[in-house]
Amino acid sequence: MLTVEHLNVWFGFDPDRVDAVKDASFTVAQGESFGLVGESGSGKSTILRAIAGLIDTWSGTIAVAGQPLAARRRDRAFYKTVQMVFQDPYASLHPRHSVDAVLSETLRLQGMGDIDRRITSLLSDVGLGRGFRFRYPHQLSGGQRQRVAIARALAAEPRLLLLDEPTSALDVSVQAEILNLLSDLRAEHGLTYVMVSHDLAVVGHMCDRLAVMQGGRIVEVMDVQALRQGNARQDYTRQLIAASEGYARA
Amino acid sequence: MTLLSVRNLRVSFPTRQGTFEAVRGISFDLGRERLGVVGESGSGKSMTGRAILGLVRPPGIVTADRMELEGQPILNLPEGRMRRIRGRRISMVMQDPKFSLNPVMTIGDQIVEAYRLHAGGAKPAARQKALEMLRAVQIRDPERVMGAYPHEVSGGMGQRIMIAMMLAPDPEILIADEPTSALDVSVRTEVLNIMDRLVRDRGMGLIFISHDLNLVAQFCDRVLIMYAGRIVETLAAKDLHQARHPYTQGLLNSLPRLDAPVDRLPVLQRQDSWREGDTITQSLETEFPGGL
Repeated sequence: MLTVEHLNVWFGFDPDRVDAVKDASFTVAQGESFGLVGESGSGKSTILRAIAGLIDTWSGTIAVAGQPLAARRRDRAFYKTVQMVFQDPYASLHPRHSVDAVLSETLRLQGMGDIDRRITSLLSDVGLGRGFRFRYPHQLSGGQRQRVAIARALAAEPRLLLLDEPTSALDVSVQAEILNLLSDLRAEHGLTYVMVSHDLAVVGHMCDRLAVMQGGRIVEVMDVQALRQGNARQDYTRQLIAASEGYARA
Repeated sequence: MTLLSVRNLRVSFPTRQGTFEAVRGISFDLGRERLGVVGESGSGKSMTGRAILGLVRPPGIVTADRMELEGQPILNLPEGRMRRIRGRRISMVMQDPKFSLNPVMTIGDQIVEAYRLHAGGAKPAARQKALEMLRAVQIRDPERVMGAYPHEVSGGMGQRIMIAMMLAPDPEILIADEPTSALDVSVRTEVLNIMDRLVRDRGMGLIFISHDLNLVAQFCDRVLIMYAGRIVETLAAKDLHQARHPYTQGLLNSLPRLDAPVDRLPVLQRQDSWREGDTITQSLETEFPGGL
């Protein structure tokens, strides 16, 4: 579904050029859920943004469903296949657009007909009732906003969802609801996920395989079984696993 | 030895829809210990910290039957007297260093200013103290950091600088409001070690406000669990996983775990009865007081 080969992403120009991602390669199969983990600044979100077309300055190969992507231009078919959910639901919704406006605009841009019926079914897909349709973001809780953001991503009926820390701004109880929702949606719609998170437990719960990143490089690609059993090959991954288990008094 | 004693603390805000009570009658004592305060957003945990420091702005109203710092009442003191307590005797570290440091002052100048405000003294002495504090929080080249501006340091370093600044006047109580949630796991351990050492070496009391249950279970001595402005359960941190209140249990269960994979995460079913009802207090006397 997604192939990334020798991906380099940089910002700025020499001599201030920062290489945010260096020679990253991985593949994600159809229907798979793939995690990207690492500390802040390791380049995990940058990979997602390069795939989504939010960053122009990259080299290497990114292919979605067998189609290699051009560096700058993405066609309509791309955005019908790939959609993204952002980290902060407080920032990713327009404060003066109602849920109805957000979803109907997206549907219209995607050239969908039968908008009224589709909005109703999108809202029910993400577990929001009809009553939410004409609300504004400030009338919604964080979890409800993230549900709207997921509904917006689903509006195009994509096959690949890019999830950038979808629950890190939410409380743990709400995180559980959103993670369950994402699992259900993947099963129902046969979606493929690429999920960025700094929380190894979340990635362990959601993903089949994951890549561990450090300083812009992928240091290790492992499956979740290996993660659970602590069978990491790299020291850095072992450190990350140990640190995520919590605080051990010095 | 009780440093801080709070009885029936309430924080309320008048709104158009009537009075909103953010904190609804909470009571606790803080000794020379690490006290964790856990709850979801909106549970009133940050507001409790702010109320102790007199940082609730009008029209917010703070009331309590008792709020004492080592026996002296500190509730609703005039601003001038509160200033002598705030920073000097009770200090607070906020969540995000980006919004707590002055972006147009060098880090050195900020620490020196804060220190001299509380302890007085000449600039060179304050500078020495600032360098010493930066070293105490494991900053390797304090001379360089003293001359840097906040945007030139990383988030983890910024948070350690905040801690250095707050600890320079040697406070008796430190209120840390989500001090590590903006940090990466590796830096987090370092920051926690620093606070841990201060509690042990200086006998400071620490109020550690967090939403991270596992972290609190491992780092703190005692935990208060807050829901809708009330303390619903208090217990020893090491017993957190044997919590009896359904809310605490629900929170713990909703966390994904690497060692116990599940297909679906249990979702918290909130009950109205949690808003009222008594606090479940675990008897804090252990079988072997003082350990074996």
